[in-house]
Amino acid sequence: MSGTDSASAAAGQSIPAIARPPSSGELIWDRLFRRSTFAIATFTVLLTVYVVYSIARVATPAIHSYGWAFMSGQTWDANRNEYGILPAIAGTLYSSFLGLIVGTLFGLAIAIFLSERFLALALESVVKMLGLEGQGLWAKLPDRIENLLRTIIELLAAIPSVVYGLWGIFVVIPMVRPPANWLHDHLGWIPIFGTSLSGPGLLPASIVLAIMVLPTISAISRDALIAVPPKIREAAFGLGATRWEAILAVFIPTAATGILGAILLGFGRALGETMALAMLAGNANVLSWSLFSPANTLAALLANHFPEAGTDEVGALMYAALVLLAITLIVNILGTLILQRANAELEGLR
Amino acid sequence: MSPADSSTRPTVEVDLPQLERSLRQPRLLFSYVMSLLTGAATIAAMFPLFSVLYLLIKRGGATLSLATLSGLPPAAMTVGGGFGNAIVGTVIIVLIATIISVPIGILAAIYTAEFGPETRITQAVRFAAKVLTGLPSILAGVFAFAAVVLTTGGFSAPAGGVALALLMVPTVLLTAEDAIKRVPHRMREAAIGMGATRSQVVIRVVLPTAVPGILTGIMLAIARAVGETAPLLFTSLFSEFWISRSSPLFLPKGMGDLMKPTPSLAVLIYNFSGSPFDNQLALAWSAALVLVIMVLVINIAGQVLATHYNK
Repeated sequence: MSGTDSASAAAGQSIPAIARPPSSGELIWDRLFRRSTFAIATFTVLLTVYVVYSIARVATPAIHSYGWAFMSGQTWDANRNEYGILPAIAGTLYSSFLGLIVGTLFGLAIAIFLSERFLALALESVVKMLGLEGQGLWAKLPDRIENLLRTIIELLAAIPSVVYGLWGIFVVIPMVRPPANWLHDHLGWIPIFGTSLSGPGLLPASIVLAIMVLPTISAISRDALIAVPPKIREAAFGLGATRWEAILAVFIPTAATGILGAILLGFGRALGETMALAMLAGNANVLSWSLFSPANTLAALLANHFPEAGTDEVGALMYAALVLLAITLIVNILGTLILQRANAELEGLR
Repeated sequence: MSPADSSTRPTVEVDLPQLERSLRQPRLLFSYVMSLLTGAATIAAMFPLFSVLYLLIKRGGATLSLATLSGLPPAAMTVGGGFGNAIVGTVIIVLIATIISVPIGILAAIYTAEFGPETRITQAVRFAAKVLTGLPSILAGVFAFAAVVLTTGGFSAPAGGVALALLMVPTVLLTAEDAIKRVPHRMREAAIGMGATRSQVVIRVVLPTAVPGILTGIMLAIARAVGETAPLLFTSLFSEFWISRSSPLFLPKGMGDLMKPTPSLAVLIYNFSGSPFDNQLALAWSAALVLVIMVLVINIAGQVLATHYNK
C-alpha cells in the first residue's frame, strides 16, 4: 500500500491514483474466482465420466442377466422379456454406411466446389463479359453469391431432425417408392433389392441421413482443402496440371487426413442420429440386405421403446444405449485424433 | 537480358494451338465435366432445404393462426386445437438448459483459455468437450433419464433441461474459449499494469471484449437445443395441458408444476407425425413451421453477430 502512496505523492496529490496494487480483499476474490473456474473445468471432465458411469450403472443388472447373448439376439419382446439387438446394430451400421456414402459424395463435391471458387470464377468471367468489372456491386457479386451458397448448405444442418423426419414421410417415401418397387420387380434376385418398399424402410431413412451428415462433411473437408498451402497449389498449376488433375492428384491427397477425419465425424453423427430413423426406418427388427426392407437402429430402438418401457425393458434399453455409446465414442475419438494429426501434418508443409 | 540478345538466339518454336484450352483435349474436357458435376451436386444438395421450406410454408402456413398458436393439442378425431402449451414448454425447457449450461461453459472456458492454458486439466477439458460434441443426442436423454428421472421419480421439465444442457455445454465452452483467446494480449497487459488482479482482468476487460463471440456460441447452442427431440422423448415426455399458471414459475411452490411431464414443440411434431388424423398432421406441420422459424431466427442472428464480430 505504501508503494501507491509514494507514487501518488510523486505525481502530486491533486491527481488521483488510477494504478494501484490490488487490495487484500481483491486478492481473496481473485483466488476464489480462479479456484471456481478450475472447479468448473474439472467438473466438465467429471461430468463426461459421470455420463458414461450413470448409463453403465443402470445397465449393469441387464448386462449381468443377458450377457453377450444380448448382442446376437434377434428379437425384442418386452412381454417375454427377450431382448436382443443384433438387427439394431446391423441396421445402425448399414444405414449409417449408406447415408455416409451418399453424404460423402455430395459433401466432398460441395467442399471442392466451394473451396476452389468454381462459382466465383465462372461468375467473374460472366461479369467481365458483360463489361461490368470494377463496378462496386458487380465486383463483389461473385463472392457474395458463393457466401450465400455456403450459408445455405450450412443451414441444412440447422433444420431439426424431427422436421426432416416429417419431410421424409411426406416427400422422400412417396418419391422413392415407385423406382424402388420397379427395381424390386425387375432385379429382385439381387439381395439389395430383395424386398419391396411398402412405406418406411432403410432407403428413405438413409437418404435423409445423407442430407443430415452432408453439411458436417462438406464444412470440415472444405476447411481441410482451404488449408492446403498456396505454394503447393501454385506448384501443381505451374507443372501444367489442369484444375482437376491438380485437385485429384495434389489437393485431395494433401488434405486426405482432414477429409478422412470429416468422414469419420460424419459417420459418428449418422450412427447417433435418432429422429429421422425412428420416423422413417420402420422400427422392425429384421436382418436383411435389402435396401427397401424396414429396419431398426440402436437410437431408433431407444426412441421408440423408452417412453413406455417397464423396469426390465429399461435395463435392456440402457444396455443398448451403452453399446451405442461405445460405438460412437470410438468413431468420434478416432475422427478427432485424425483431424488433430491432419493439422500437425499441414504444419509440416508450411 | 538485353533485346539485342534475343535476335541472335534461335526463336523457340511454340505450338500455339497446343497451349489453347480446347475441349477436344480429353484432360481438359474431363476437367470441365468434373467442374460441372460438382456444381450440379452443390445445387442438388440445396434441393432438400428448399423442399422442406416450401412444404413448411405451404402445409404449415395453411393451419397457422392465432388459434393454433394459443390452443391445446386436440385429441384424436376432433377438429381445431393448437400447440400453445408446447411453445411455452419448449421455451421453459430451453431456458432451464441455458441457465445450467451457460455458466458452466463460460467458467470452464475462462479456465482453459486464461488460467491454465497448457495444464493437464485443460487438455482433459478440451478432450471431454470434443467427446460431448459427438455424443448422440438420444444418449443425452438416456443420461438425464438415469440421472434425473430415476432419482426424482418422474418425467419433468428440468430432466429435459439437463439433457439439453449436456448438449449445449461443449458448444458454449469451445466457442467461448475461442472468443476469449482472440482478445488481444496488449489489453490484458495494460490492465495488469494498472494493478488489476487476473480475475479483474478477465471480468472487466477480457469478457466484455469477448461478449459478441461468446453470445454467438450461446445462440448457436440454443438454436440446436430448440430443435432437439430425442433427448426430450423420455425426460420431459409430453402433456396435453398447460403448465399450471396458478403458481409463479420461479418460486419453489411453482416447481411442483415443472416436475410433471412438460410438452415441447419437437415432441409434439414427432407424436403427431405418425397420426392417421388429418387435423393432427396439419398441426404437426404448422408446429414444424414455428419450430423452424425459431431455429432459423436464432441461428441467423448468431451468424450475423459472428460476421460483425470478425470484422
